[in-house]
Amino acid sequence: MTELFDCRHAFSSKLVELAHKDDRIVLVLNDCLSSSDSLAFLNTFPERVFDLGIAEQNMVGVAAGLANGGYIPFVCAASCFLTARAFEQIKIDIAYSQANVKLCAFSAGIAYGALGPTHHSTEDLALMRTLPGLSIYAPGDSLETERALEFAHDLHGPTFLRINRITVPHLPQTGGFEPGKASTLRDGEDVTLISYGPLLHEVIQAAEILAESGVEAHILNMASISPLDEAAIVQSANRTKIVVVVEDHQRTGGLFSAVAEVLCNIKSTPVLPINIPNEFSVIGSPQQIFEHYGLIASAIAVKTKNFIIKIGGSDDGSVTLK
Amino acid sequence: MKSNYDELNDVSRKLRLECLRVTFNSGMGHLGPDFSCLDILVTLYSNILNFPGGDLTHPDRDRFILSKGHAALALYATLRECFGDSSYDLDTFNSYDSALAGHPSNKRLSGIETSTGALGHGMPFAVGCALAAKLTRSNRRVFVLVGDGELQEGSNWEAAMYASAQQLDNLAVIVDRNNLQQGRFIEEVNTLGALEEKWLAFGWEVRPVDGHDIRAITQALTHFPHIEGRPTCLVADTTKGKGVSFMENNPAWHHKVPNMHEYELALAELGDKQ
Repeated sequence: MTELFDCRHAFSSKLVELAHKDDRIVLVLNDCLSSSDSLAFLNTFPERVFDLGIAEQNMVGVAAGLANGGYIPFVCAASCFLTARAFEQIKIDIAYSQANVKLCAFSAGIAYGALGPTHHSTEDLALMRTLPGLSIYAPGDSLETERALEFAHDLHGPTFLRINRITVPHLPQTGGFEPGKASTLRDGEDVTLISYGPLLHEVIQAAEILAESGVEAHILNMASISPLDEAAIVQSANRTKIVVVVEDHQRTGGLFSAVAEVLCNIKSTPVLPINIPNEFSVIGSPQQIFEHYGLIASAIAVKTKNFIIKIGGSDDGSVTLK
Repeated sequence: MKSNYDELNDVSRKLRLECLRVTFNSGMGHLGPDFSCLDILVTLYSNILNFPGGDLTHPDRDRFILSKGHAALALYATLRECFGDSSYDLDTFNSYDSALAGHPSNKRLSGIETSTGALGHGMPFAVGCALAAKLTRSNRRVFVLVGDGELQEGSNWEAAMYASAQQLDNLAVIVDRNNLQQGRFIEEVNTLGALEEKWLAFGWEVRPVDGHDIRAITQALTHFPHIEGRPTCLVADTTKGKGVSFMENNPAWHHKVPNMHEYELALAELGDKQ
């Protein structure tokens, strides 16, 4: 049985470790001690925790003010409330004013499952991607989460970290996160699969299914959403001619849009989105929701295969996929 | 501190003329809001705010945030007057690629702590500044100027609640209480009701002051904090458009630009001696 890891725990442990070395680190919360796994930080550095209560606009503004005094605030909150409720504060106080604040968005995508669309955050990347000067990292496993956190800490400038709540296995080539760089999780020539975060391991399994029918997928882990490794996207698209983007995000504005924005200048590069088709998600467990939208290995493989056939790719379609 | 209040009143009058001239020339501006808070800004920068070595970026400087960012020109004129900083070239106000936008941006200007213009942002930021000062054990203080209409934004009250819970007695908010918002009197739009009682109920020390009396503002902010463990709210009674009779207390002059006739009348009223 593959061991599963909690990225939140990796994040919070690493943050405590960093805070021992750097007393500028402070934690800013909106009544989310448990959901952001911040209890250890509170117990270790009680004077460096500012729990603003259920008030996200104030939370983000206060963080910008703390940064003005030389501190490095890590704002930890559920992505749905952080990005939507405090969007103008993020735009003006953080991005436009270039405040050295780290926005740490927990439980993004449909991780809250049955709690429903009020708690889902399937538009967070669409919102954040529009803000100039904001770095956006969406690490895929616990080791990448630690490394992304270190980069966010070292970078002097606003950063958005999308922290996964759904437990995931370690990626095959893990810990190699670097801002602005895609990492290659599998080499192949027939189709490019691009993803990030909690669905990467489904994409890896989908590639294995595709390989059984002779389709060799190239997998790019796009943990750095901004800056985006445009060169890697273009290079891989030129080689495979077909691109598929898999993500736990709405169709509009997420990684699919980002990839399409890059590839619209490349002749004949069709891009298939496998994400949430611009609707408020059904409710259920995260796994049930992923199954509903085909965000599981078998469905990703079938959709990819059908897409290759539809656009007249290299495969003859003779193999039936499960 | 300047105790020659006649001299400071004359500075205010001169800066009103500057705002008038620059707004007329650029064809854009917010003269009503500028004139409403100019005496407060002149008092702060002349008599209250501490900048060690005159350095607008010194880590231990007092912080000032203009939350009502549309009064940017009044702030630029005051900074230009008090610091002689050549980056505050008022003649570039609102012009192509100028550092002096219609709302203050910290991008290219020292002395602007954070970019403002959207309302309801200054208070939370100021609370963060005050928390940072406490955490650093610095005696620096934080002042934030908010419009009274701006208090319709809920973020102010989120910040007000937290500031008193954290006992931020190094923080003062100054409410530019001119009773007008963009298009109408506040009472006609969404009343603030018992404003002083609201701040009191949020755990603040409240002081009313004449927002055009430089001596009174100086006295109200010199001995500060007023009560240990409590943030201070100065409700500054002001007149929107103060100094030009036909602009005073007239909603039309929120962002109206004077025509030549109005410009000349206003120059005369402000005692232009050129």
